Amino acid sequence: MSVGTLRRTRGGVGSSARRVDGVPKVKGAFQYGSDLWAEEMLWGQTVRSPHAHARIRGVDIAKALSYPGVRAVLLAADVPGRKTFGLEFADQPVLAQDRVRYVGEPVAILAAVDPEVARRAAERVVVDYEVLPAVTDMEEALRPGAPQVHEYGNVLHHVRIVHGDPDAPADVWVEGYYETAMQDQAILGPEAGMAVPADDGGVDLYVATQWLHVDRQQVAPCLGLPPEKVRLHLAGVGGAFGAREDVSMHIHACMLALRTGRPVRIVYSREESFFGHVHRHPSRVWMRHGATRDGRLVNVYARVLLDGGAYASSGAAVITNAATFATGPYEVPNALVEATRVFTHNPPCGAMRGFGAPQVCFAHEAQMDRLAQALGMDPARVRLQNAMKTGSVTITGQVVRGSAPVRQVIERCLALPMPEEPAAGPRDPQALPGGAGNVSRGEGVRRGVGIAVGYKNIAYSGGFDDSAEARVRVFRTADGPAVEVHSAAAEVGEGLHTVLVQVARTELGIEHVTLHPPDTAIGSAGSTSASRQTMMSGGAVQLACRAVAEELFRRVRARAASAGRTLRGELTLADGRVLAAGEPVGEVDNYLDEPIEARRTYHHRPTQPLDERGQGDVHVTLAFAAQRAVVEVDEELGLARVVQLASAHDVGRAINPQGVEGQIEGGAAMGLGLALMEEVQLDGGRIRNASFTDYLIPTFLDMPPVVSAVVEEPEPGVPYGAKGVGEMATLVATPAIVAALRAATGRPLNRAPVRPDDLIGLAPPVASGPPPPAPAVPGPRPVPHYHGLDAGQQELMRPESD
Amino acid sequence: MIVRARVNGEWRSAEVWAGASLLHLLRDHLGLPGSKNACEQGECGSCSVWLDGELVCACLVLAAQAHAREVRTVEALAAGDRLHPVQEAFVEAGAVQCGFCTPGFVVAAVDLLQRDPAPDDATIREALSGNLCRCTGYAKILDAVRLAAQRMAGRPR
Repeated sequence: MSVGTLRRTRGGVGSSARRVDGVPKVKGAFQYGSDLWAEEMLWGQTVRSPHAHARIRGVDIAKALSYPGVRAVLLAADVPGRKTFGLEFADQPVLAQDRVRYVGEPVAILAAVDPEVARRAAERVVVDYEVLPAVTDMEEALRPGAPQVHEYGNVLHHVRIVHGDPDAPADVWVEGYYETAMQDQAILGPEAGMAVPADDGGVDLYVATQWLHVDRQQVAPCLGLPPEKVRLHLAGVGGAFGAREDVSMHIHACMLALRTGRPVRIVYSREESFFGHVHRHPSRVWMRHGATRDGRLVNVYARVLLDGGAYASSGAAVITNAATFATGPYEVPNALVEATRVFTHNPPCGAMRGFGAPQVCFAHEAQMDRLAQALGMDPARVRLQNAMKTGSVTITGQVVRGSAPVRQVIERCLALPMPEEPAAGPRDPQALPGGAGNVSRGEGVRRGVGIAVGYKNIAYSGGFDDSAEARVRVFRTADGPAVEVHSAAAEVGEGLHTVLVQVARTELGIEHVTLHPPDTAIGSAGSTSASRQTMMSGGAVQLACRAVAEELFRRVRARAASAGRTLRGELTLADGRVLAAGEPVGEVDNYLDEPIEARRTYHHRPTQPLDERGQGDVHVTLAFAAQRAVVEVDEELGLARVVQLASAHDVGRAINPQGVEGQIEGGAAMGLGLALMEEVQLDGGRIRNASFTDYLIPTFLDMPPVVSAVVEEPEPGVPYGAKGVGEMATLVATPAIVAALRAATGRPLNRAPVRPDDLIGLAPPVASGPPPPAPAVPGPRPVPHYHGLDAGQQELMRPESD
Repeated sequence: MIVRARVNGEWRSAEVWAGASLLHLLRDHLGLPGSKNACEQGECGSCSVWLDGELVCACLVLAAQAHAREVRTVEALAAGDRLHPVQEAFVEAGAVQCGFCTPGFVVAAVDLLQRDPAPDDATIREALSGNLCRCTGYAKILDAVRLAAQRMAGRPR
């Protein structure tokens, strides 16, 4: 059916259809969470811990409560239901009870008539803290006698992967140690939402999020309300990148609204946003690669530590990803991976674009370059020689069944045009590393080229029954047939809602498609993360459209039969018409006396959890990317500039080519940020740079041209053969840029972001002792209230009862 | 204090705290949320507006400083369903993703093209370097400004 309509219906699958939310966004009319407003609305404010670890001896709210304009001040004792929440483990207090575990942990909340009143009142909440010793170093946290973050210890999860013979000998060994910093998603739209108390004693929460249903699963029990009384609606989302996977202001706004009986809006400031969401886990990685003399990988050892800060968030899944991708998109016959996600008194870490893969990609790609150097081989050749392909076996023993064009992405990437060499003579200062700030004439500028290859899973893994629901309704309007698509899937900026509209246009041959506002009135669509929604919610809309079409065709055949005609050939839809064997039969409109509606749920094929040896068919679909970076370094000033980024991506099939390019370019920018400037700087658990003045993200002047190529080898068994594309660019950009910096300087840069001191050799490479011993596996799983991948989220994947 | 300013061609007044920013006045008192608050420090340009024709970050201007002056925001660029050529180009070129930075970029790009109708790439990058975007990597924004400049060159000014 789709083949005929692909070419005919404008704005369908495969076209660069215009964004459905583009016009309101350019006019400033799109309503983000921070734009919400209601009559009688109050402003919520959060009081946060100034200490990394302290006992709370008492809280005095009298002065805040009596401050004119304040309507409520609430503490942990006021949480109506369960006192803790969390994505996978309910370990995080809604409001700190007797203890705080990181700087920025919420202790009290209040609501006032004006934002300035709320800010001043918050300063009048007096908390009596007894400061306790804190552990803020991930290796320190594993040592005996370290302060314990939780009564169940400082390890959330440990993954051990034993593949083949980890003692297998090799001709050549290379060894390295690598670190990546804590990175902030730096979503431009801060955490924001508004809770509105309802007549039934429940609450309506309008919130910028990535997954409405998993939010409700956490919000409702804490409010002591049944889920049906907690209705979530998607507010406009100003970027996500993982920052909105965890609950932030949700429960607080609802508590204040239910207490005051008035709508309550909470919008975080930029500073508060740095405390209000989880970050990318900082990493320490030890690796040893063994190969034959002709460059075939034989054996890889990896020890991975991720600092998860004070709470679990999605850390167990992040460390599992880091472990399974630790050796890169290469055939590795023997491997041992030990990966630990640690608790410290740092701010919590969880999901960020790439989800564990960027940290290990930084390490394994540096190792591949080291190996190439040790063997005297070209870095691209070492990678090509070991590249995974369909039929390869991963280190978890999984046979790669889908498309795996690793060789193709490397070759296409390297074939992209190189930037021009700078002309002889004086250069435009703007084009020098450091721009106008570079006062030299470019005498010390050296060019370097680096490459990196990486891969990551699409959709959820490890036995999780990932699914998405959608409802599609076709009806008649004065202007012809129209389609309404209802999905709870969050559009976070990546263009998903446009993709869903494109799918409906293609499947039904009707151009006029609108979206019902996303809410919890329909079943879960799962999270807008893991690059999964094009496949999952795209798949759900495709299934629902096909069910609608089936009913439409039944009506067409029935009417033909009652007129004594038999329709020959396959029925299809295009341009608002029904076709039989390609010949028009009639207008779709003629069959819509009653609208047609269908609701369907898409599941991807089942996966398995890792077993005790870290083996299993864990991932559904894998996507691959290669990146080349050309950089210039001023060796005297320690300034760097990326001249060009060249990317080739395996996307299966591009549903919206312009949108795919946008993901590649934007993802590369985020990877460039981690390579050169982005680091949440911590001092005793305190964030020192919680502002855009001090936490730098790439500007227009930092971003070079990005040239990209897309490899389209359709993935079997998924809608249109499309893989996701949201994350891969981010994970390969960082190692490619740092490789180019190494090539330019000859220095063994082993930490991202690279700082000026590193580039001119003022700072030595980060050093480490031997890797810390691995915890016992399988260890006990003593963290309370586990409700994540086993039960809770599975539960909400089932369609809601009507 | 009461601030009275001519906003998008209309005299408006509101009672605000003396320390309130122009951005707060626009967003929370005058019902004009198109200008966004993303950093409160003039680093991101999401709140770009014109004050007496000068491009400013509304978060760095006190509401009181706008008293008796003229303010123009993204909401005034095109009435109703119509789009300014820069807005049109942003949609067409794929320069919009999450869109939170978009109103600020659109205002800053319009400002640039008023001053320099045919900017080269380096000029565009420099002029828009005070606006942060986290989604696009800026490539499609560059395309959009080029496209808008081309189209506006063909129109009466």
